[in-house]
Formats: sequence, structure tokens, C-alpha cells
Amino acid sequence: MQRHRRTASILSFIAMGLGQLYNRQFVKGILLLCVEIMGGYYFVSKLPHAIWGLVTLGDVPTHLVKVGKRYKNVVGDHSVNLLIGGLVILILFSLFIIIYVMNVRDAYRTGKQRDEGIKPSSFRTSMSYVADKRFPQLLLTLPAISVLFLTIMPIMMAILLAFTNYSAPEHIPPAKLVDWVGFQTFIDLLSLKTWSHTFYGVLIWTVIWAVIATVTTYFGGLLVALLIDQKGIRFKGLWRSLFIIPYAIPQLISLLVMRNLFNGQFGPINQYLSYFGLGKVPWLTDPTWAKVTVILVNMWVGIPVSMVLILGVLTAIPKDMYEAAEVDGATPFQKLRVITLPFVFFATTPILITQFAGNINNFNVIFLLTNGEPVNGNYQYAGSTDLLVTWLYKLTLNNNKYNFASAIGIIIFVLVASLSIWGYRSSRSFKEEDMIQ
Amino acid sequence: MSMKSKNVFRLSVSYVILIILAIAAVYPAVWVLFSALRPGSSLFSKSFFPSHPTFTHFKELFTSPSFQFGRWYWNTLKIATMSMILSTLLTTLSMYALSRFRFQGRKTILTTMLVLGMFPGFMSMVAIYILLLQLDLLDTHTALVLVYSSGSVLSGFIVKGFYDTIPRSLDEAARIDGANHLTIFWRIMLPLSRPMLTYIGLTTFTGAWVDFIFARLVLRTKEKWTLAVGMWDMVANFQNSNFTLFAAGAVLIAIPIMILFAFLQKFLVQGLTAGASKG
Repeated sequence: MQRHRRTASILSFIAMGLGQLYNRQFVKGILLLCVEIMGGYYFVSKLPHAIWGLVTLGDVPTHLVKVGKRYKNVVGDHSVNLLIGGLVILILFSLFIIIYVMNVRDAYRTGKQRDEGIKPSSFRTSMSYVADKRFPQLLLTLPAISVLFLTIMPIMMAILLAFTNYSAPEHIPPAKLVDWVGFQTFIDLLSLKTWSHTFYGVLIWTVIWAVIATVTTYFGGLLVALLIDQKGIRFKGLWRSLFIIPYAIPQLISLLVMRNLFNGQFGPINQYLSYFGLGKVPWLTDPTWAKVTVILVNMWVGIPVSMVLILGVLTAIPKDMYEAAEVDGATPFQKLRVITLPFVFFATTPILITQFAGNINNFNVIFLLTNGEPVNGNYQYAGSTDLLVTWLYKLTLNNNKYNFASAIGIIIFVLVASLSIWGYRSSRSFKEEDMIQ
Repeated sequence: MSMKSKNVFRLSVSYVILIILAIAAVYPAVWVLFSALRPGSSLFSKSFFPSHPTFTHFKELFTSPSFQFGRWYWNTLKIATMSMILSTLLTTLSMYALSRFRFQGRKTILTTMLVLGMFPGFMSMVAIYILLLQLDLLDTHTALVLVYSSGSVLSGFIVKGFYDTIPRSLDEAARIDGANHLTIFWRIMLPLSRPMLTYIGLTTFTGAWVDFIFARLVLRTKEKWTLAVGMWDMVANFQNSNFTLFAAGAVLIAIPIMILFAFLQKFLVQGLTAGASKG
């Protein structure tokens, strides 16, 4: 009685498509058989080398060999290419395995239908079944492929790099090989004096920066929003549009402009200060002042965002609450303290957390405004205003310390991810996703 | 103090604060605009208003042999338009599927997207660089378009939120009338999502328009540069030696974006709130 389902699955297990052929689904069977033959050929020829490459990262560096009187360049193993090539083939192979499993399951299911006396569906009906019942998967195919190769794979590779010694000057292919070193990079980063001093310094500044930047822009935005929202203030729309201008200018432009505005020698800000008889301030060249400048400029960039947000929340507060409070004889200040503020805080807490996480990664403000400078002589490849993320950038692009950069990336990820998950869990839409329907 | 004079006092203090803040908000923009119109090249100026406004800097941008502003403008326009089309396609497809269908693995995909979004973008830069090198795509605009578009899929939660709000009864009714998924998507959902399509299109357009981090990594030759890379280079390497020219370039880059922004304002506010409650 169970003859068909067993034979079909065994045949499909031996080679993709055989079970389908046995089930008399010829088009599907032949297509799958083609996939099997091409895939099989590809992986038999590539997979062993890929795994060898991933495990060893190469044995022979590119080197010169003396042939007679001349030196000849012999191309050796390129560790990083081996790593990335191996990764690509492993990903393709797992896709192949998934198709294989699906093929066996399909053969089993059709065999079962035949056992029960149902005629197996033709290719045409299978196609329309897919178009109907598997429609979301069909839609997701193209985006999934692009994300898999352009986002997921690079991140996987970056994570792997943190466990190698891929860094200048000792381990840069093709002249030198790269090796797996386990957690050595993390250990060096956290305990080797030259690195740990910079790491903790930059980490502490990153956290201080993220806290101050979030708090100042949030309360600045709250203040501006409350000012505009007051009873009796006219031209509310005009004020709103004026304050939103900093948000509308691309950061690339506004921050590069600010860099000139705060220029110590010729910048207009110092010009005005000297008109009033005050001395010039070393806005961008003194470590402490540079930090102040970064925070000030970030307020200019960030307050409009919070303002827009809080103005939106303010309109959502039910008016009858205020009316009730007035009947009870509450002063404006009491209304603010008891109704407005709790409502705003409640509505914006999750946003506050995402903004905090965003500030940890706030690359633009630091990089465009100060480029991490002024130079800090005690730091390894980092300046006084560098955040972890700009330090990562410098380590990658200017210093080729890829393993350290990747390790820092993982640390930032852990920081941001734990914050975001906390914020996400506490947001209401997570718990009530289907409520809107 | 009587109630009324108290009120007048409160309002006048508020107005004073608002005016000061408004000046601070607008000042840099106006300053750049005036600098762009000022003759000469220096950052320093005696007066705030240019006494003899001139458009020579705008002309110089396009004619000077050392800057290829016109070319960069064209490159940027091309990259931004292509990314806009491709990412609108990818984002709409994926978010529509994730919002309106319940299937195995949906939650996993959503969680994966959230987690991937938390990796600092620069972390994968080395990997992408090597990948592009291997595929011989370094210094090409195709590489930028591909990377921008796949990146936009991950930040598509606001689009998903939009589809979540369209009532299910709409497609159920269409199903009863015999429409298949493709017809529903094409004939009902796409017309309904026109505002959302505009939103994705314009945000990815502006994103590509101003991105310089990735563009700088990929684009190696000056002819291939985008505006952002060129402008950044102008400030970083010719520190203030030709400030008025930079200001003119800044105006040319900022104005299209500010116009788009005016259109987008409503959506951006939605996006900010939705960004907090990615669901």
C-alpha cells in the first residue's frame, strides 16, 4: 500500500528528479535532474578545494623563485580570496542541499497521493499551485538573493576576519599568508597595552557622546516643541518650517559647512566673538573644545528631528484631559507636569532607545566635522573625538588592520543589538502586531 | 501680576527664545548661500551680506578643468535614479510579501532583518570591497547601485507598516471575485501604494545622492566620482583655499534635496515614529 511513496523518495534521494520521473511528472523530473547533474559536477570539482581553503587559508604565499639567473614570480595562495571563495561555495552548497531535501519531500508527497489513488498533478497545475500558495516566497526570491550576497555574506566574512590575523604589515596577501588565530585579536584589543588604552578611551567617549547627544537633542526638541505648541503663540506653521530647515539640508553639506563655520582662524563664529572683544576659541583643534563642538553641532542637526516627533505626539494628547484639569483649577505648569510630560515620555521611550543606539554609530557627525581629530598621541590610530565606528573606518581604510576593525565591529554590534532588542521588546507594536487588521 | 500681564510676559519671553533659535537654525544655510554669491575665494569676509553678488562660482564649477562638477552631477544623477528604481522594486516585493501573507519562516525573516540592520555598515566594507575586486566591479557605478538597493531592503519596515494598515477585506473580496495574487498585487495594491512608492523612491534617491562613505571606497578614479565624493575631497584636500566655490557646490547639491524634502515631510514624520516600533 505504501509502495509508491517509499520508492519515489528513495529514488529522489539517490538522484534529484528520479522520484518525480517515477511519479510520471516528467517535466519536473527532467528539470530537477538537470539541476542535479550541473550542481553535482560543480560541487565535486569545487567543494574540496573550498573547504581546504577555508580551513588552511592557504599554504604557499606568492614568492620569487630563482630560475637560472632570474627571479620569477610564482603565484601562491591568496588567503582572503580563498576565504571569500570558500564562503560563496558553502552558501551555494547549502542552497543545493535545501533544494535536495525539498525534492525528496516532494517525491514522497506525490507518491503518497498515488498510494491514495489520487492522480499526480501535471506540471501546469504544479506551476499554478506555486503561483497561488507559494506567492509570498516567489515575491521574496529576488530580494532574498540580493540581501544574501550583498549583505549577509559580507557580514559573515567580516565576522570571520575578526578571528584571523589579517592586518598590515605582517599578514597582507598575496605576499604573506593569513592564519586563523581564534580569539587572539579580541584578547589583544582588551588587554595588550597599546591597543587596550585606545579601546577603553574610545569606548568611554563613545558612551559619553551617545548619552549626551541623545539627551541634548531630545530635551532640546521637547523644549522647542512645547514653545511652539503654547496657547497664544502665532504663526505655528512658520516656526515649525524654520526649525525644520537643518533637518532638510543633507548632512554631508551642513556638516562640511559647519567645519568651516567653526574654523579657528577664519570662521565667522570666531570673527563674531572677537567683535565682542572675546578671544578666539580653538573649536576644532583643542581636544576638549572639539568634543563640545561636536555635541553643539549635533544638537543643531538633531533637535529638529525630536521636535517634529514630539509635535506629533503633542497633537495626539486628548484635549478633554486638559479641560478636566482646568476645571479642577490646575496651573499651566501643573498641566505640563501631570499630563503633557508623562504622555510624551510614554510615547517616545522606544524612539529614545533607537536614537541612543543610532548615536553610538553616528559616523557622519564625527567624520565630516572633525574626522576624529585633533590627533591624540597616546592613541593607536585614533584621534580625540573618534567614536568606535570612525576608529573602525580608519583602521580599515588607512591602516589595513582588518582583524581589529572586524573585532571592533562585533563589539559595536553586541552593544547596539542588546540596546535595540530591549527597545524593540518594550515597543507596543511588537506585542500587538496583528491588532491593526 | 495679573493673569493677563503674566500671559503677555510668558508669550514675549517665548517669542524672544523662538527668534534666537530660528536665527541659529537658519544662519548656516543663509551664510553658505551668501558665500556662494561672494566674489573672491576666501572663507573670511568683512560683511555678512555680499556687497557685489556674482554667479561666477557657479559657472566656474562647470568650466574649471580641475573640478569635473558637471560630470559628477551626471554620475550622481545616474546612480541615484538606477538605485531608486531597483530598490523600489526590491523593497515593494519583499515588504508586500512580509506584510500580507502568513507563511512558515516569516518571523525568522523579520528578526534576521532586524539583526542585520544592527551591524555597523562599515563592518562589511572590507568584504564588499574584496568581493567587488573579485567580480571586477571596483570603480563601477553598477556596484554602487547594487549595494544601495540591497541595503534599502533591510530598512523597509516603514513600507511593511504601510501595507499592514491596508484592510485585509480588500484582497479577500477580490479573491472571492476570482482574482489571483498577481492581479491583486498589480491592480489593487500597487495603485494604493503610490504614496509609499514615492516615499521609497525619493528616500533611496536622496540616500544615493548624498552618500560618500561607500562611494569613496568604490569609486577610484576622478571621472567616476559622485558629487558627494567630489565635495568631500574639495574640503578635505583643499582646506578652505577655495571656500566660495565649495559653497556654490553645496548650494547646488542641497537645493534639489531640500525640494524633495518638502514633498517628503509627511512621510518622514511617519517614518520616524514607525522606526521606533518596527513591526
